Amino acid sequence: MINRFNKYRYASPATFYRLAGRLIPWFYGAAALFCVAGLYIGLFLAPTDFQQSEAYRIIFIHVPAAWMSMFIYVVMACWAALGLAFNTRMSFMMASALAPTGAMLTFVSLWTGALWGKPTWGAWWVWDARLTSELILFFLYLGFMALQSAIDDPRRADRAGALIALVGVVNVPIIYFSVRWWNTLHQGASVSMTKAPSMASIMLVGMLVMALAAWMYTIAAALSRARCIILERERNAQWVAQMLEAEA
Amino acid sequence: MNWHSWQEFLYMGGYALYVWGSFAVTAILVAGEILLLRLHRKKALELALNTVKYGKVKNDENEA
Repeated sequence: MINRFNKYRYASPATFYRLAGRLIPWFYGAAALFCVAGLYIGLFLAPTDFQQSEAYRIIFIHVPAAWMSMFIYVVMACWAALGLAFNTRMSFMMASALAPTGAMLTFVSLWTGALWGKPTWGAWWVWDARLTSELILFFLYLGFMALQSAIDDPRRADRAGALIALVGVVNVPIIYFSVRWWNTLHQGASVSMTKAPSMASIMLVGMLVMALAAWMYTIAAALSRARCIILERERNAQWVAQMLEAEA
Repeated sequence: MNWHSWQEFLYMGGYALYVWGSFAVTAILVAGEILLLRLHRKKALELALNTVKYGKVKNDENEA
């Protein structure tokens, strides 16, 4: 019984490894296609903004990156919760695989925000609710990664990281609703479920296509990082040996 | 099409620093992550290969 249980547990990362390996090129391909289409719409088709002139074109990077930065954190917290609840190794590995890409996109949203803030608000940075909570998100990602790499035992590292991921997830609704809860310099949502978007439709299409590109890229990057983590952690497993010998 | 020339496109209505600064840094970071992932994969494969060659390969977790 114990033997069967163990084999069953080993099967999961092995299956994931192979499946991810087959999917990654497709996600990278889709990301590249959406990126080219989105950039074409954003830089060539979308008209000049009557208020912000060409400076608004930063939106095609800024908003998709900011959306993804929050969404990745939520997905990371979900994997962490699943890992804590069911003690599944693959869940923890997915949480770790998402963090660096999430941190990178959080940095992109802060960076592009600063470059957009300077010409429109006159300041690179203000300690405004939206900007500050997004900066905290960046530190949460960094904290998650630092904590995980500081603990040698992977099981303990997983649990400690999962705790940060879960506690930090309260920050995500704070970021999202910050423009409504506080009087901020940052503008409100341009796209919402309840009312028509407050921007020209070609601009909206460009932004959504870039958001799709960010989605596809994130999936591809997280899957390939998960494969590296599986190799590192499962290198003693029979299936890794068999796979490497078959390839050699 | 909004642009009459490449110069006009690159000039971005005077906002070139901000617009291209955003796009360029994002491109560099994405390219950098892809490069780091490749390196990570190479290292992980090496580690796994060495373990298979020289380390003990477990058939079962209970043996350990």
